[in-house]
Amino acid sequence: MSATTLPTQAAATSVGLREVHVSFGRHRVLRGLSIDVPAGSTTCVIGPSGSGKSTALRVVNRLLEPDSGDVLLDGRSVLDDDPDQLRRQIGMVFQQFNLFPHLTVLDNVTLALRHLRGLGREEAGEVALAHLDTVGLRHKASSRPSRLSGGQQQRVAIARALALQPRVMLFDEATSALDPELVKGVLSLMADLAGAGMTMLVVTHEMGFAREVADHVAFIDGGVVVEHGEPAQLFDAPATDRLRRFLSQVL
Amino acid sequence: MDTLRTVWETFFDPQAMAEALPDMLRVGLRNTLVLALASAVLGTVLGLLLAMAGLARTRWLRWPARLYTDLFRGLPVAVTILLVGVGFAPIGLALWGPNPYPLGILALGLVAAAYMGEIFRSGIQSVETGQLEASRALGFSHWQAMRLVIVPQGVRRVLPAWVNQLIALVKDSSLVYFLGLLASQRELFRIGQDYAANTGNASALVLAGLLYLVITVPLTHAVNAVDRRLREGRPAGGAADDLDTPHPPGGVDPVLTAVSEGASR
Repeated sequence: MSATTLPTQAAATSVGLREVHVSFGRHRVLRGLSIDVPAGSTTCVIGPSGSGKSTALRVVNRLLEPDSGDVLLDGRSVLDDDPDQLRRQIGMVFQQFNLFPHLTVLDNVTLALRHLRGLGREEAGEVALAHLDTVGLRHKASSRPSRLSGGQQQRVAIARALALQPRVMLFDEATSALDPELVKGVLSLMADLAGAGMTMLVVTHEMGFAREVADHVAFIDGGVVVEHGEPAQLFDAPATDRLRRFLSQVL
Repeated sequence: MDTLRTVWETFFDPQAMAEALPDMLRVGLRNTLVLALASAVLGTVLGLLLAMAGLARTRWLRWPARLYTDLFRGLPVAVTILLVGVGFAPIGLALWGPNPYPLGILALGLVAAAYMGEIFRSGIQSVETGQLEASRALGFSHWQAMRLVIVPQGVRRVLPAWVNQLIALVKDSSLVYFLGLLASQRELFRIGQDYAANTGNASALVLAGLLYLVITVPLTHAVNAVDRRLREGRPAGGAADDLDTPHPPGGVDPVLTAVSEGASR
């Protein structure tokens, strides 16, 4: 897979959250969370379940609106932008893949190209096939998602997001629902993408991936970033007890 | 023996059936299908709108949808047909003359919409929230996501229940006779009843019943076939999980290809 050329975005874009607060009823999920992903870099977000990792990711593309705080793209606040326009620039990959089961693999990728980019059926098909090629699944173009393995479905989901040429990619535990032997293919695709200069924010339980691929790692607990830095620094010399405890549980 | 024979001939007199058959086929069958199909189209379109309204975020759409459903599902079909057909008859007369069909179709469609709306709503609600989230994340508006992703899946899941409503419409179409039909406007039931009333022999009604069955029984089996295909034709995701291997770009996985080809037959 490393031999294939991954499409790089038009211009590397930085993304950031500033002092973001989000509450669900009385439950305060994010309590002033800030995070910065420099243009063209990869930040992995780690932390215990329920710490607010996935919530933070959904604030970036405004699937969730923050109660307070700011969302920055290229250093500019996007909270006043049209959220649909914003999301077209940010690709997202989910734990449960969320492919559209009533469409073929090809149509999963062409749907947004045709209805959001206004491409014709043929043109959209060509773009989609190129991206399916990138994830090694061109030969599955006419299959239904249910005929694919979990790993293949997730690679299609990545192709679906990449086809819109996003400036940023968000990954929400992209390998957590996969059988162990299928994880590697998806992770290596993500690593290739990071290597190609995509700005990526990756919520993951794969500590090996975070250590090898990430430029920065953010440890989130209790709705705030507890520790933040280069992978070697966090994994080899955690500064806080909370991170030390977390690492001792997952490693 | 004679009594038995009389009873048999009351219901199954070939002579009486043969007499009624031409009218049944040429007039009755056609009219029944016209009534059922037209009200099915109306009921499906209205039902979809009703389902969307019932799922809307604003109560100003939800409450009217609720009220509509309660009303038209709660009233006997005969009452609705008479209320609509008689109540709006003067308007109908001015608009298209003495034809009870438009109002009959309207009444049948309004009732069908109430049932179909509930069917579609349950189907749409059964679609996983991740589908909407993924659609919105791609940049689709709420309405686009509903139209392109959520509604097509939801509707597909409730097709069997929807076909049941078609069957109900075929049968309920007999009730438009309340509105008074010209000879050429009679549907299956009315023609059967006329022959039965004129001859004192029920065979024509039995024939009408048989023709209803000719329409509804295949539909019933179509439901079952659709249901089976929806169940078995699409296994839940992950069925092929253990077959995943790294693929060279553009390469073909012979195992999976064989599996999907074999299963698609």
